[in-house]
Amino acid sequence: MKTRPFGITDYPLAETCPGEVRGGRGMSLEELTLERVVSGEITMDDLRITPQSLSRQGEIARAAGRPTLALNLERAAEMTALPQQVIMEIYELLRPGRAKSDAELIAAAKLLRETYGTLKLAAFLEEAAEVYRRRGLYLDRY
Amino acid sequence: MTTGANRWQRFADWDQRPLRLDRFAAEDPENGFSAFHGKNDPQGSLVIENGSVTVLDGVPQAEFDMIDFYIARYHIDPSVAEEAMAIPAAELARMLVDMNVPRAELTRLAHGLSPARLAEAVAHLSALEIAFAYSKMRARRTPGNQAHVTNAKDDPLQLAADAATAVAFGFDEIETTVRVSRNAWSNALACAVGSAVGRAGTLFQCSCEEAEELKIGMAGFTSYAETVSVYGTERAFIDGDDTPWSKAWLASAYASRGIKMRCTSGAASELLMGFHEAKSLLYLESRCLCLQRAIGVQGTQNGGIDGAPLAATMPGGVRELMAENLIAVWLDLECASGNDARPTESEIRVGAKILPYLISGSDLICSGFGSILKYDNSFNPSLLNGEELEDFLVLQRDFESDGGLAPVEETRILELRRRAVDAVSAVLEELDLAAPEPRMKESVIVASGSDDTDSFIPRQVALISEKISERGISMLDAVRALDRRGFSDEARNLLFLLRLRVSGDYLQTSALIRQGRVMSAVNDPNDYAGPGTGYRMSAERREDIARIRDVLDRAEVLRTEGTFAKAEGGRIRYREAGPAKTGDDPGEVVVGVSPGFGLKLFRTLAGHPLSAVLKAIKSGVEERGLRMRVVRLLHTADTSFLGLSAASLSGSGVGIGLQAKGTAVIHQRGRLPHNNLELFSNAPITSLDHYRRLGSNAALHALGELPDPVVVPTRGEALGSRYHARVALIYAIETSLTRDGAAPEEIEIELVEPVE
Repeated sequence: MKTRPFGITDYPLAETCPGEVRGGRGMSLEELTLERVVSGEITMDDLRITPQSLSRQGEIARAAGRPTLALNLERAAEMTALPQQVIMEIYELLRPGRAKSDAELIAAAKLLRETYGTLKLAAFLEEAAEVYRRRGLYLDRY
Repeated sequence: MTTGANRWQRFADWDQRPLRLDRFAAEDPENGFSAFHGKNDPQGSLVIENGSVTVLDGVPQAEFDMIDFYIARYHIDPSVAEEAMAIPAAELARMLVDMNVPRAELTRLAHGLSPARLAEAVAHLSALEIAFAYSKMRARRTPGNQAHVTNAKDDPLQLAADAATAVAFGFDEIETTVRVSRNAWSNALACAVGSAVGRAGTLFQCSCEEAEELKIGMAGFTSYAETVSVYGTERAFIDGDDTPWSKAWLASAYASRGIKMRCTSGAASELLMGFHEAKSLLYLESRCLCLQRAIGVQGTQNGGIDGAPLAATMPGGVRELMAENLIAVWLDLECASGNDARPTESEIRVGAKILPYLISGSDLICSGFGSILKYDNSFNPSLLNGEELEDFLVLQRDFESDGGLAPVEETRILELRRRAVDAVSAVLEELDLAAPEPRMKESVIVASGSDDTDSFIPRQVALISEKISERGISMLDAVRALDRRGFSDEARNLLFLLRLRVSGDYLQTSALIRQGRVMSAVNDPNDYAGPGTGYRMSAERREDIARIRDVLDRAEVLRTEGTFAKAEGGRIRYREAGPAKTGDDPGEVVVGVSPGFGLKLFRTLAGHPLSAVLKAIKSGVEERGLRMRVVRLLHTADTSFLGLSAASLSGSGVGIGLQAKGTAVIHQRGRLPHNNLELFSNAPITSLDHYRRLGSNAALHALGELPDPVVVPTRGEALGSRYHARVALIYAIETSLTRDGAAPEEIEIELVEPVE
């Protein structure tokens, strides 16, 4: 298993290291077969990307000269730890006027940091809280 | 006839053209109507202190709105900014069109360029230069295309059939949406199943409300999202009910579930939403695009999009759409380059709009191409639609340019549509969602559009959709249902799409799937560096694109003629009667026919049997009291020489040259070959009555009179486009039968009266 950052020659992962690419519950790409789907052994959770694969794609993006895409993929790697419901709730909270003060966003950041250990995402919410305050986005919209 | 009208009537003619349905707008920078030069457009500027941006395009940090903040924080790379901003805009423009400046150098510099500077640079370029720069700067080497698949009834059977059809034509992505928002789950399921028929790997999205769309994606039905819109002013952004942070959150959310995503932005959205800040379309769009790179999405749907029709009302508006696409690819974003919302009723403006993209190529030329009929397009009609799909196929062939599509045979399409309807019906039945009836299925398979179907109606679809959503049905349930009912290829193809999520390879910039492999800007980078580099079609691809239906070749012409031979044999008999003699009868008109006349070729371009043409000429000659004699000329097939040779053999000195395709001439002994008496060059519109009058006039010339020339009226038909391929093939058959110096032959003809 590689430890150095992944680069352009490692791409696409499905072709260069199919055995190392694993689904959300540990099955390798080769194990994700129709037979296992039909038998019910495979669920949608098996077809989820892992934080490791996202980090590697981030490294590849960085090597290809796309640092902002890499940052997005790094945030996504953290986000794999969040349940869908939490993702949807925080998305809603980030929309204009949903939070009535920065306290709600800061509380959400605390949840992310302490419950899920997603530090980048927590910092991202705190940054939003500050800008929303400066731009007066804590307003009633409906 | 109009008399006394105080108007040149051509304007009345122009009023009737589709173009005049387009309404144009005056340039008005104060009110946001300016493509390139807004009243409040700032000069490009950046100040960086202690590694962070303190002034962006003239705005100091304390006054940053949320878009400024995000761009300053995430788009601008302070380590490149000083170097990049020191390059004058005009010099940047020259670098964009200089094939010796590598793409990678320009994308590196873009990390240090402010929105206003990017806009200033591309504004220096002409439309041609923009198209060229776009071709050099787009991220992936191989071009692709995207289709809309929707219908007016949200009918799942038709969605499946039309998705399979779009896949067959080669679209790399298909996008659906809804007429009624609660139908989203049903539409997603139906399109996904249809898109798995025929081959694996067509990416699919269902455009609906942001949160709903993400849920549908997480349930596995879609493989990408695109309608995550951003705007260039803060107020428009807020009315769009999002912020850069909420959009960035969505971007990461999609990636965290292994779903490809791009944002959307396009000229004039701020103007439509009432918050343009008196800034130009291009400058606002440059902000949107810098923001998208800042968010970290791999790509953008860009180029007017819903605002394209408004942009196109302004001077330079269409050039601006090209310019904003250029900024997108300069920022190294995948570009699904608009060419969707139909900005005009003029087919000429449509063709002109698409051409630069077709010849320069694009990650996705349209976003999307309306693969269905206009009235079935729930996004509103696209620039190009089901009606015009063959026009696009022909444009690809004309310019030998790969627009991502290729022709498909009729029988193949029918097979695929049937398979798709059967597959989606199986899923609906297996999952106990609905029971499609045979009449519904049959109506959909052959229907061009939903007007012709007798299938599900929106209310029934809503019930299907609610069941899918409430019961938590996922794509895996559809896979299992397909497999149970024997659609294992389709089941495998859908599973292939789900497996793409696991490696995340298609999350990289400009990714699509070809032959079961991910192809993106990482492993298929645009390496254009001048002629012979960049994307070039393979010989096989060129053949595929050239294979449109109903093309003529020599064998086809002979085969078609052969079908007329037998009928003609019952109407006329030609008997060869030895070498033709020079006549001494002043009452004769000699008709000189071409070498293949009545032997290999049997009807004129207008479709008249050659027997009928000879009969008409004969009756014309005879009505003046003269006689027709026929000779076959073997040394030439040229009308003028046929006519002059016939005249030379004629006792009256007047002859008629007649080609098998129907072109005819009246000639006279002693004239120069191309200085004839009358020429009938428009064979496709020459009637039998014209041929009769031709005979009559030839006879009058023989009698020394000066008749009124016969006029074959033309209505300006593009006869060349309709007939020239056949003309050239027919003429080659005639010339192949000529022999230098061959003597003319006397032909006795016997016209057989049809048995009633």
